[in-house]
Amino acid sequence: MQVLYFAWLRERVGAASEEIDPGGAATARELVERLVASEPRYGAAFADMAAVRVAVDQEMCDLDTSIAGAREVAFFPPVTGG
Amino acid sequence: MTVSVQREDFDIAAEIARLSAADADIGAVVSFTGLVRRMTADGPITGMELEHYPGMTERALEAIAAEAEARWPLQGVRVIHRYGALEPGERIVLVLTASRHRQAAFEAAEFLMDYLKTSAPFWKKEDHAGETRWVDARDADDSAMARWKR
Repeated sequence: MQVLYFAWLRERVGAASEEIDPGGAATARELVERLVASEPRYGAAFADMAAVRVAVDQEMCDLDTSIAGAREVAFFPPVTGG
Repeated sequence: MTVSVQREDFDIAAEIARLSAADADIGAVVSFTGLVRRMTADGPITGMELEHYPGMTERALEAIAAEAEARWPLQGVRVIHRYGALEPGERIVLVLTASRHRQAAFEAAEFLMDYLKTSAPFWKKEDHAGETRWVDARDADDSAMARWKR
């Protein structure tokens, strides 16, 4: 699946998007745990999960939402538009 | 309902004229314009970069506008949100609401801005004379949105 990062999450991961095999990750939170275990840059990006929001297939949702069959999962800080 | 996400500036008078002309039963048009403020809680800024999530941004704004149309008797909604590099004094966002009577237009415009602030995927990075800093989300924006929860 395509995993996207925005704002300081993008900067800390060092990529705007990546093709990632979710493996056994069933939820967005489990996907984060899998990433964090794989490389230190993810540990830095996801150090404070209270400041991480997620969208699955461009719909804002909970970290515990299923990502089964999702094409696009995006991680970003709380929004600050307007 | 028309939503635009664009780099370019917008012409408020032209937007109001276009919205008003669409329906002769419109009796009220409310316009909100958000501007880049020079002074912030962290001091004055020289500019900012507004990042967004192409694709989701348009969908989120359309969903917010549809929700406003479901809650109030509106004759029209127009939302324009800019992204990219912006300087103090520049326009960031425009919300127009049109209705037969003013109350619906006033309330819907406030609702749209409160929802947009907390659910449209935009992120501001301010430039403090060469030192850039991501803007933190404000609790006040969350509570402003909470009052519309049903």
